[in-house]
Amino acid sequence: MTRFLLPVGLFALLVVVLAIGIQRAPQKNIIPSALLGKPAPAFSLPELGAPGVTFDSSAYAGRWWILNVWGTWCVECRAEHDMLLEMRRSGLAPIVGLNWKDDDVEAQRWLAQLGNPYERVPVDAEGRVAIDWGVYGAPETFLIDPQGVVVHRHVGPITAEVWDAEFRSRLPRSDAPPTMPVPDADTSVVEPAPAGAAS
Amino acid sequence: MTAGIGRILAVVVALLCLMSPPALAVDPVELDDPALQARYRALSHELRCMQCQNQSIADSPVGLAGDLRREVRELLVEGRTDAEIRSHLAARYGDFILFRPQFNARTAWLWAAPGVLLLIGLVVAVRVVRGRAARADATDDEADLPA
Repeated sequence: MTRFLLPVGLFALLVVVLAIGIQRAPQKNIIPSALLGKPAPAFSLPELGAPGVTFDSSAYAGRWWILNVWGTWCVECRAEHDMLLEMRRSGLAPIVGLNWKDDDVEAQRWLAQLGNPYERVPVDAEGRVAIDWGVYGAPETFLIDPQGVVVHRHVGPITAEVWDAEFRSRLPRSDAPPTMPVPDADTSVVEPAPAGAAS
Repeated sequence: MTAGIGRILAVVVALLCLMSPPALAVDPVELDDPALQARYRALSHELRCMQCQNQSIADSPVGLAGDLRREVRELLVEGRTDAEIRSHLAARYGDFILFRPQFNARTAWLWAAPGVLLLIGLVVAVRVVRGRAARADATDDEADLPA
């Protein structure tokens, strides 16, 4: 009888391991970002609808900010759009909308019709910046802290639950607009340029 | 006359057959340097298309796969090594983009697992065989008794 104990025990162990694997499977569809805890890739791109204006990500140094990757060809982006507008209204962190491989005219029409949740809209027509950020599908949304580190990445549309649990919970609670921590170590950091061309 | 037309048709069909392989390829781009082109072919077959996860970027017609192929080509032309290109992309998309994951702390179990399982199998096999041999000896002894 005892000679069956080991194989049966091993089988039971296998069942438990596989059961845990199956239960956790839905989360495994989402590939964790390789950028978490690392400095956000710097980039500069032309601004949507503003010829000659360049967006530079260094403008957000010292601030919490959100990068949302979107395109008018992206169905799920339409689904999250109202939530993005609500996020802008909360005033907790500015949202930069990276317009990924899109048509400029379509993109401008989209923002005019649905409302513009973005403070700035850099245009990544060739998809090079998206590759630097490890983007593999829109929408993707990143949270960047004042030190310029990627704190969180969400794949798929943002819902009220996702906003509360994954973004708002990480942002400093304040009714006032996000304060500007003065970087004392690095004085070379320029004051975040006011988004003059945007809006 | 009809024989002539038949011959022309045969030639046309043969030529069409010759043309089909390039038409089927997802990626029509060729690098000028044949050595670079060979490395490009090899690399693009071992990088995963992140949108259609069971295809390589060489096999996928998706837009992002095309962008990643362009990235690989540009890095090759810049003179980066294969290893540098692999880690360049893994730094952005994670080890998941590599069909052959690099050996590191996180993937150690992945690489070690086949060896460990083989070792366990060998130990079990040796024990079973030895047990059988011992039992066979015992029955031989019993068989000897009546004689």
